[in-house]
Amino acid sequence: MNQNREMLAIKNLHACINEKEILKGIELTIRPGEIHAIMGPNGSGKSTLANILAGREYCQVTQGSIMFENQNVLTMAPEERAQRGIFLAFQYPVEIPGVNNAYFLKAALNAQRQSLHEAELDAVDFLELAKIKLKELHMDESILQRSVNEGFSGGEKKKNEILQLVMLNPKLAILDETDSGLDIDALKIVAAGINAWKKADRSVLMVTHYQRLLDYITPDYIHVLIQGKIVKTGGKNLALELEQKGYGNLDSLQLTAMHEQRQ
Amino acid sequence: MTSSLKKNSANQYTDEKYRYGFTTSIESEQAPPGLNEEIIHWISEKKNEPTFMLNWRLKCYHAWKKMREPRWSSVHYPPIQYEEIIYYSSAQKQAPKSLDEVDPEILKTFEKLGIPLHEREALAGVAIDAVFDSVSVGTTFKEKLSKLGIIFCSFSEAVQQHPELIQTYLGSVVPYNDNFFAALNSAVFSDGSFCYIPKHTRCPMELSTYFRINAAKTGQFERTLIIADEGSYVSYLEGCTAPMRDENQLHAAVVELVALDRAEIRYSTVQNWYPGDAQGKGGVYNFVTKRGACRGYRSKISWTQVETGSAITWKYPSCILQGDESVGEFYSVAVANHFQQADTGTKMIHLGKNTTSTIISKGISAGQGQNTYRGLVRIQKKAAQARNYTQCDSLLMGSHCSAQTLPSIEVKNPTAKAEHEASTSKISEDQIFYCRQRGLSTEDAVNLIVNGFCKEVFKKLPMEFAVEAQKLLAVTLEGSVG
Repeated sequence: MNQNREMLAIKNLHACINEKEILKGIELTIRPGEIHAIMGPNGSGKSTLANILAGREYCQVTQGSIMFENQNVLTMAPEERAQRGIFLAFQYPVEIPGVNNAYFLKAALNAQRQSLHEAELDAVDFLELAKIKLKELHMDESILQRSVNEGFSGGEKKKNEILQLVMLNPKLAILDETDSGLDIDALKIVAAGINAWKKADRSVLMVTHYQRLLDYITPDYIHVLIQGKIVKTGGKNLALELEQKGYGNLDSLQLTAMHEQRQ
Repeated sequence: MTSSLKKNSANQYTDEKYRYGFTTSIESEQAPPGLNEEIIHWISEKKNEPTFMLNWRLKCYHAWKKMREPRWSSVHYPPIQYEEIIYYSSAQKQAPKSLDEVDPEILKTFEKLGIPLHEREALAGVAIDAVFDSVSVGTTFKEKLSKLGIIFCSFSEAVQQHPELIQTYLGSVVPYNDNFFAALNSAVFSDGSFCYIPKHTRCPMELSTYFRINAAKTGQFERTLIIADEGSYVSYLEGCTAPMRDENQLHAAVVELVALDRAEIRYSTVQNWYPGDAQGKGGVYNFVTKRGACRGYRSKISWTQVETGSAITWKYPSCILQGDESVGEFYSVAVANHFQQADTGTKMIHLGKNTTSTIISKGISAGQGQNTYRGLVRIQKKAAQARNYTQCDSLLMGSHCSAQTLPSIEVKNPTAKAEHEASTSKISEDQIFYCRQRGLSTEDAVNLIVNGFCKEVFKKLPMEFAVEAQKLLAVTLEGSVG
């Protein structure tokens, strides 16, 4: 595998929500196999970045580019991005009443397979696969028969996202605050699931507020996002530093960021 | 909804997709437009009816003359010109005696609709009585059923062959003067289906009627009467289509069901009359009276309907729970897209002790559609321990449609219990985005969400019709998210 190959390349990304600029020139490169974490205080633009990658339409890109495997992501519909292997684990997974979880998963999986010109999975093959994955995740099979996220606890919703992740087996998994609302046991299951799924050519972009998730999933890089700019990039130790000193300590960096912006 | 999603769905899918909108050219024998005593004599004579039928029709006609068209529903439409409607249209000079005598053009039409009449081609396990304009053209599996003593034939035939059953039960559930449209139907109805299931007999196949309006300016007035004798069971399905025409067509049907001791009737409807075009032009006015009487102890009547068509739907399949411990059910999906108006619901009248009723109503509004649930639960004095559960859910797609729920609950027995739940929701952008992020297209996402919403009703339909209903819904709602 060529370690220099770029899976995701974000260049000078500027984006607005309701005409307010949220992202102000993001630069980020993720190679196959890498785990990146983006940390930052509330309102710094972390979730906006995750949503833009997935194609959420309320976020408008005003400048810059996003390439995924040398293809322009910004012109792709959300479903095309998904089919090509960009997966977003939602911060707030959505409930779809009356739609059986198994049915939903199978439809999603087959949409992906169809786009790759692979044969669709029938109900039996699907169920077999799902049962294997559920076992690996130490999750109960009953989740398949419930309606998508309906009446799920916060922890169950996040676990369901991970089930979808391992079933769809994307190239890039974006985890948007996946640790929020999880108790320690659920957090361990979720993290173990991600670690088990993660292979050498799979990449992860974690968006998180706290160090907590990073105790279980070790990042190769940590980026600190403040006011729409990545102000610092470091290894896994950067998180510990942030945990001890807080983002406040990065005020000087923030000032630098603003200063640079003016120029 | 965001702009690109809107563009995507609105432009791409706005084509009218009513695939049953062809017409068939056949010579038909028609009554002159308008209604008077002479026309009624003419119809009765054409059908070679016994005197009791003629007298009944005349009684109904005179009652109708004194009635006024109801205006209490939420539907709006220009006045119907009753003197311009053709009340009887027959493609055949005389009732066909066998399928060989049926006009090949009619048979072709039914084939286009996917209902092969010939038994060898017929869907396994489904016996079909097909009504084309006003006359019943053929009943499949008749012989097989008659060995069990089951009578399944056209109404006209029943009048000739089983006048005693007709005399006993006709108008016994929906009285001749029940309402304006029922009275009109009673005066002029030309055909329909008749079904009698003898004691302790389980009808081995789904019975089905297929209605189609073909001739221009024709009203279709059909009448269905189903009698389930003690301990019997029958499942019945009704399907409907009409050609696309610019003018509105009137359909005023009456359905009467009678369930005796421990009998069960399941009545399912997939109604796909032409709804009019996207601008609201044309379409069928569907004014229907459907009512079932649970006369016997532990009898049960279950209505399931999927209403996707018609410009206007005015329909309240109801149950009169006379027998002690009898059960009434109503499961409904009603769609109002473009300029469609649906005013539908049910009435559950509890008379007997320990009677129970369940109402699950799912209304979907899209485009400029207007969807009203109108329901009545009445628990009479003697209905001790009666129970009702009602759930009305509305789903809105887009911001120009509307939904309203008008439940009415009257409880006159203190031991009775009635529950009502209602909800209104919108297909949210979040739901669609969630599905798309998992690789599904917007249309697939909408279908998935809508099917989830309707699931409780669909699972009450016989299997093959549930699949059909899902497809129908997908076609009906194409491009309506925006």
